[in-house]
Amino acid sequence: MFVAWRDLRFAKGRFTLMGTVIVLITLLVGLLSGLTAGLARENVSAITGLPADRLAFAAPPDGRSVSFTDSTVTASQWRDWAARPGVSAAEPLGIRTLNAAAGGRTAAVSAFGTASGSGIAPGGTGPGRVVLSTSAAKELDVTPGDTVRLGTLDAAVAAVSGDASYSHTPVVWTSLGDWQKLGHSGTTPEEQATVIALSGAGADWAAGDAALRTSSKTIDEALGAIGSYQAENGSLQLMRGFLFAISALVIGAFFTVWTIQRSADVAVLKALGASTRYLLKDALGQAVVMLTAGTLFGTGLAVGFGALISGGDVPFVLDPLTVLGPAAVIVVLGVLGAALSIRRITAVDPLTALGSAR
Amino acid sequence: MSLLLDHVTLTYPDGDGRLTALDAVSLDVPAGSLAAVVGPSGSGKSSLLAVAATLVTPDSGRVVVAGTETSSLGPAQKAELRRETVGIVFQQPNLLPSLTALEQLQVMAHLSGRTSRTARERAGELLDAVGLAVQAHRRPHQLSGGQRQRVNIARALMNEPSVLLVDEPTSALDHERGAAVMELLAGLTAERGTATVLVTHDRTHLDRADRVVTVRDGRITEEARV
Repeated sequence: MFVAWRDLRFAKGRFTLMGTVIVLITLLVGLLSGLTAGLARENVSAITGLPADRLAFAAPPDGRSVSFTDSTVTASQWRDWAARPGVSAAEPLGIRTLNAAAGGRTAAVSAFGTASGSGIAPGGTGPGRVVLSTSAAKELDVTPGDTVRLGTLDAAVAAVSGDASYSHTPVVWTSLGDWQKLGHSGTTPEEQATVIALSGAGADWAAGDAALRTSSKTIDEALGAIGSYQAENGSLQLMRGFLFAISALVIGAFFTVWTIQRSADVAVLKALGASTRYLLKDALGQAVVMLTAGTLFGTGLAVGFGALISGGDVPFVLDPLTVLGPAAVIVVLGVLGAALSIRRITAVDPLTALGSAR
Repeated sequence: MSLLLDHVTLTYPDGDGRLTALDAVSLDVPAGSLAAVVGPSGSGKSSLLAVAATLVTPDSGRVVVAGTETSSLGPAQKAELRRETVGIVFQQPNLLPSLTALEQLQVMAHLSGRTSRTARERAGELLDAVGLAVQAHRRPHQLSGGQRQRVNIARALMNEPSVLLVDEPTSALDHERGAAVMELLAGLTAERGTATVLVTHDRTHLDRADRVVTVRDGRITEEARV
């Protein structure tokens, strides 16, 4: 990188301009990644935090996919699931979004109803007793011992635990009986829930689904059953994807122009005996240095901004995956974009350094 | 180590046919000798230089550079031969804008994988030899035309070439500076024992050459010892 380093120092303005573009793109991608992860957490953390291997939904009609909104499972289904070989636990879980009120405050919450003694909810729930996530407690400004009103049900706050959230609403854990009183979605008098949380090793899930008219999904697959999650996450990931593509194109365009501008120098170096490999390494090294420096600076800014806003109301996740992941992708895509542009070095004819052949 | 062109023919595509740039040209330049190649524009002077520098492969004939027959060499081997054995002084100095005068020479050592202090010292000595010790840390835009041409010459000598190919070194210089450059090239050829080929259309300074070869229409028409 003998020439590349000196080019970087000599053409400061040009490389600073390009570096600034990389910094801004990295900052934008970093902020968008943190926001995407934050919104996703608010959408699904209650589901991803469940200590279960799979969730069994009521089998949807042909041609439709499972959905938390449309699913209703019955007591006979979760009891039969519990009795199947290889299944260690089959816990009913009711999910319903409603308004909660305490004092003069109201908040939209998701009521998660679980059977007594169930291992999937924090301890403390029971008839007339609920456990609030910290966000719900904060929004309603309640502490253990206070009373909250969930729909038509008054319940005592037994504890405040965890920060589970579902479909952008904080979770309130209730007993299954209380949850069922909040609204009966089926037409049969049988005890009901939304899904069954299944655990076990070696169980034949497909056979169970066929026998019990359910559709069991892994936790990751089940996230797709939250309607808002797919649309929201899909849109944000598409924006991230476009930003990645734009960064690769911008970097590729810069190095295309840069390589064309210095083709006379490349011809001289070739005439002097520089191998094509040497020249490619030199140019690619230059791209890597610029990309790495720009990305590191942009990531630093994203971390700074993220730290400022993540403590407030903005859902923002600041962790290695949201910070370093996008940075690595930008570097890799940028190097690919640069490599495609730089390869025109191979076509430079050293004869041009001598002037036209006479 | 000498330079030998033996019945070299070179043609270029020209419309539907081909233009003959060199027509069975033979030239033998022994070590320590300076051969000046003169002729009008389009006579084949620069084609001769390009063939000798292995930048162009002739249609037929042999090119032997410092004992190496070049016809069987691939692009990478030719690049290595140019790097290690051939020094090229370009018509325009062709200095890299981001490098100082010293670095213009150091880059030659770097291309050969030599990055030692010795290379830096040698670059300094060469700049001193061409009278540019004071300007060693200046970039091309901070040097005069004559100074740039002297850096161009010093760069060609950096890897101690056996063959020195010089293309119109005085075309951009006034008479006094042109004479100084010719004096320098003749001195370096004798002192370092290079086989030097100097292509020029300027007959003013030919007294510094050991012999003068005239090229016309791709053929050597006259050869005279000075």
